[in-house]
Amino acid sequence: MKAVCWHGAMDMRVETVPDPTILNPRDAIIKITSTAICGSDLHIYDGFIPTMKAGDIMGHEFMGEVVEVGPNVQKLKKGDRVVVPFPISCGQCFFCNRDLWSLCDNSNPSENAGLIEKLYGHSPAALFGYSHFFGGYAGGQAEYARVPFADVGPIKVPDGVADDQVLFLSDILPTGYMAAENCNIQPGDIVAIWGCGPVGQFAIKSAFLLGAERVIAIDRFPERLKMAQEMSGAEILNYEEIDVGEALKEMTGGRGPDACLDAVGLEAHGMGLEGFYDKVMQAVRMETDRPNVLRQAIVSCRKGGTVSLAGVYGGFIDKVPMGAAFNKGLTMKMGQTHVHKYLRPLLERIQNGEIDPSYIISHRLPLEDAPRAYDIFKNKKENCTKVVLKP
Amino acid sequence: MEITTNKDNPPVPEKVGQMGETERWSSLITGGSLVLLGLKKGSLRGALMALAGGGLVYHGTAGQKGIKDQIADANESGSITVEKTVTIFNKSPEELYQVWHNFENLPNFMKYLKSVKVIDQTRSHWVADAPLGASVEWDAEMIEDRPNQLIAWSSVEGADVENSGFVRFQKGPEGRGTEVKVVMEYNPPAGAVGAALAKLFGKEPEQLIGSSLRHFKMLMEAGEIATTEGQPSGRQGDK
Repeated sequence: MKAVCWHGAMDMRVETVPDPTILNPRDAIIKITSTAICGSDLHIYDGFIPTMKAGDIMGHEFMGEVVEVGPNVQKLKKGDRVVVPFPISCGQCFFCNRDLWSLCDNSNPSENAGLIEKLYGHSPAALFGYSHFFGGYAGGQAEYARVPFADVGPIKVPDGVADDQVLFLSDILPTGYMAAENCNIQPGDIVAIWGCGPVGQFAIKSAFLLGAERVIAIDRFPERLKMAQEMSGAEILNYEEIDVGEALKEMTGGRGPDACLDAVGLEAHGMGLEGFYDKVMQAVRMETDRPNVLRQAIVSCRKGGTVSLAGVYGGFIDKVPMGAAFNKGLTMKMGQTHVHKYLRPLLERIQNGEIDPSYIISHRLPLEDAPRAYDIFKNKKENCTKVVLKP
Repeated sequence: MEITTNKDNPPVPEKVGQMGETERWSSLITGGSLVLLGLKKGSLRGALMALAGGGLVYHGTAGQKGIKDQIADANESGSITVEKTVTIFNKSPEELYQVWHNFENLPNFMKYLKSVKVIDQTRSHWVADAPLGASVEWDAEMIEDRPNQLIAWSSVEGADVENSGFVRFQKGPEGRGTEVKVVMEYNPPAGAVGAALAKLFGKEPEQLIGSSLRHFKMLMEAGEIATTEGQPSGRQGDK
């Protein structure tokens, strides 16, 4: 089959590799019909995610048709059309039982779990196509993928809904939604959201769905800000044109936003001296993640408010204003998305017309074009907001 | 255990030391703290012998000595000790004990074992992979068997690698499942064979036991052991 393989920073190749096979009794094989590039794939593309190996198959946002099931798969059968959540979860451990699916105890193969335990203390769930720390599983930017615990993750979707409408159940729609849910939105709340990429867009929409009075969206790309404004009714701030901290205070009666949501993560684009500091520190590997947005979110947030992190962090950060967070009594919530928990309710919202996530797609390309797709998505060429690849 | 405290007739001073020691090992092994930390310089096998009743089961030469001496002796040879614990959700100590009690099940999750053959009620024959396609073998004796709680074993004389250990099953706090602790001790022999065996057992014994316990947990909770072996990639050689 054809698959998108990582071979180093800025080096994605479409290669012919063997087809996946059933390796465990609870596996299924999916023939992929749509697969997307995620903003978090760009962290791998840029070389910031450790334990990638040359030849690893990318991709964790995919859907398709079941073509084979292992002997212990009961709920899925050949021909079912499914969307696959990006975390791999066994469904039977303590964490899966508490709806904390991205913390599953049993999906990360032992040798990888042992590695990441040294760094994190414990191993979270494995993720498709997201480095050997997170399991080393072949991803879904390919013609076929092997899906472990197939009765637990994949959600069946009816034929009436298009791929474009349900594909993002795999990651970014639940991710935006969970980040908004983590804001603990109360009547009258104003939510500030940094980053108007796909997750940011869905976080804005979700914040309104969950009852936010106003949402203020922050980015520097005019087309992304325009999308936030037009598609979801957010107020917008371009951080290259305005001091965001001051603006947020003025726009919220001096109180600050009740919740601040970071939909950017470890490669935040900082301004001025501080931005330069983080770029240098990250380049020499003195810090692994650039936390500009996190810092600004903490300082901007109203006293007693909530900071919610959706953007991915992987390692260590520097100069976090812990004093501000502590003395303002902030609540911080974060984590990889517990996708499984949100699949059904969000599919319902899609089916009853509350959300049509397909509006964020700017490019639909054949799988063979993956190397170019990564380039335009990363560099925001051609007003690229989201790429869907068709195997 | 035969150790009880009689309030009316306190034990005579000479016996206090002996009983105190045995009691201490017993509570160390069944208690909540780090076993190896409590053991410090003592040997695990010595402690297990103490638990089983002062060296009566083991066909060793140290039987005449006090427990304290046994424990100290056995550790002079530079043994390797490991202690690892996992919690297994939704399984009772009884269920997990049942699986472990049949030693022939062990190779299913202890991947370095080729096979374990049960000979009789207490004795079994173990074969493990060694470097360069070789294997090492030994007979082990179950030296303590407390149903649904604890199984302790030790290699008998003549083993390629002297080893001993125990697994303990304890109900965790409400809704957490069962805590499974494995403590093991290896004494690789000297010489070339010993070096190879040390490589096998001594290189990353924590990894070996940690991995075995993770596999056990996966099997018990998820019904299978997570793997990516055999999946495609764009690496030369995998194609």
